[in-house]
Amino acid sequence: MRFQATALNQRNRRIQQAVRTLFGLMTLLLIVPVVIILAVLVYNWAPAISLEFLTAAPVDQGRAGGIFPAILGTVWLVAVALLASVPLGVAAAVYLSEYAPENWFTRLINLAIINLAGVPSIVHALFGVGAFVVFAGMGKSILAAGLTLAIMTLPVVIVATKEALQAVPQAFRVACWNMGATRWQTVSKVVLPNSISGILTGVILVVSRAAGETAPIMFTGAVAFLPFLPQSVMDPTMAMAYHLFYISTAATGVPDEIRYGTALVLITMVLLMNAASIAFRAHLRGKKKW
Amino acid sequence: MSQATHDLDHRSRAWYVDKVVQVLVFAGGISAIVFILGIFFFIFREGLGFLLGPFEFREVFGSIAWRPTSREPTYGALALIAGTVSVTGLAMLVSVPFSLGAAIFIGEFATGKTRETLKILIELLAAVPSVVWGFIGLSIMNPLIIRTFDVPVGLGVLNSGFILGLMAAPIMTTIAEDALKAVPNGYREAAEAMGATKWQVIWKVVLPAGKNGLMAAVLLGVGRGFGETMAVLMATGHAINIPTSVFDSVVAITATIAAELGESAVGSDHYQALFTLGILLFLMTFVINLAADLAVRGVRRKS
Repeated sequence: MRFQATALNQRNRRIQQAVRTLFGLMTLLLIVPVVIILAVLVYNWAPAISLEFLTAAPVDQGRAGGIFPAILGTVWLVAVALLASVPLGVAAAVYLSEYAPENWFTRLINLAIINLAGVPSIVHALFGVGAFVVFAGMGKSILAAGLTLAIMTLPVVIVATKEALQAVPQAFRVACWNMGATRWQTVSKVVLPNSISGILTGVILVVSRAAGETAPIMFTGAVAFLPFLPQSVMDPTMAMAYHLFYISTAATGVPDEIRYGTALVLITMVLLMNAASIAFRAHLRGKKKW
Repeated sequence: MSQATHDLDHRSRAWYVDKVVQVLVFAGGISAIVFILGIFFFIFREGLGFLLGPFEFREVFGSIAWRPTSREPTYGALALIAGTVSVTGLAMLVSVPFSLGAAIFIGEFATGKTRETLKILIELLAAVPSVVWGFIGLSIMNPLIIRTFDVPVGLGVLNSGFILGLMAAPIMTTIAEDALKAVPNGYREAAEAMGATKWQVIWKVVLPAGKNGLMAAVLLGVGRGFGETMAVLMATGHAINIPTSVFDSVVAITATIAAELGESAVGSDHYQALFTLGILLFLMTFVINLAADLAVRGVRRKS
């Protein structure tokens, strides 16, 4: 006797098909509008970006000229943020993954990391103003803004590094301990070299995050205009994200090419970094030896 | 004798290095706690003067008159709270069903290349900076809303709610998908062995088992909505107002801080009032994150 689908079977299958299509459409509806918006931005305004736009200084409050000082400022800020957050974050991840016992204190640390990741960016800005600009007397400077960004991106470094460290098989560590190595020798000679590329993936992600943030830097170090390029970390600076905010709200009469061009350069910078991080991760996953 | 104790004494140079490093990484390990306490300390330090001085509970939470710069300043934050709640509410109304739907599709239905591609796209969407979202609200959504609905201003609850929904959705999708992944495969296999269709497995087994994780995803989305600053500042219209329709311009707590901190003198009542708003935000997101963490822990304990 051939298998015959009953009415109930058919009904169930129809429901399943309907649900699957519905959820598939929902997924597409999340993605497609944004892709269309970005595609329209690129299509219409890519011609606004020229070498001159990228390398010239803004003229007349951003109504003409380029965005070079803002790009340079963003590089400064990201560099300071990385210098502070990467060593600290890697240390924290090494502690959590290699040293921490499983107890209430470790849980407390993990809870603090989750909370730090959830603190609104404007609250980080308030902290930066209170702690670095006013209390530590740094004033509005690259240092104050970079440190604020560092604290904000610290959870990203910790989580990414911890994942990379935990991907190293336990047997590697055990083998090393059996040779009489100390914990630190094991970490520095075996665990870190085997997870360095995973950590790098996290670092790239942090670069893209730090480059796009506006709120944490707007009161701690970013200014709308600066007649000179910053000479040291104690100078304030222009920055891409803040520049985009300024020319699209506070400034009047900024031509469309400059506004859209700036937005497009910022999006491209951030998304390229992110895509690089994702591609790097996929590459690593394919290459893994164990 | 002394030779023997020396042999047992393993305190070589490497041993000392190990001890020093242990202290150093421990210092790194507690940095997150230090910073959370530091944030708490410094925003309270700057905001305390207001809390002890001009702060009146009935005025702050009962009045919409936010006039910190007038000659007789009043600090009614009701409109700010209403703005944040209405924008976040609309954003969640749009993005919660879509995010959960997308999470189920990516986690349970999609396979292979489709699944990887969708995951990468969602991850890229989450990376778009908030100032860019604000710019999109201001330059693309604003004229679109004016034209479509024939209203004078396109900046308001609708615009910022939509933008915020698009921003929060990728994050919620990712966390919700993780929650579904945490449901053990044995559950699915047991149900499939009973002859259940894929949808029956999802509806009767996976969703009930993962519901705490899904709740955490929604909570974190709400926390993100409360805390979002630049996009909300640029797309709400920034007008003090209790919204009566989705086209009304509003003002959010975060946006008020961002817009006014630059103009207030360090240490003035206005400056301290803004830090007090920061305390409010910090406490709100703290509670939300804690609740989400508890929800997730509930799942882990059960499975």
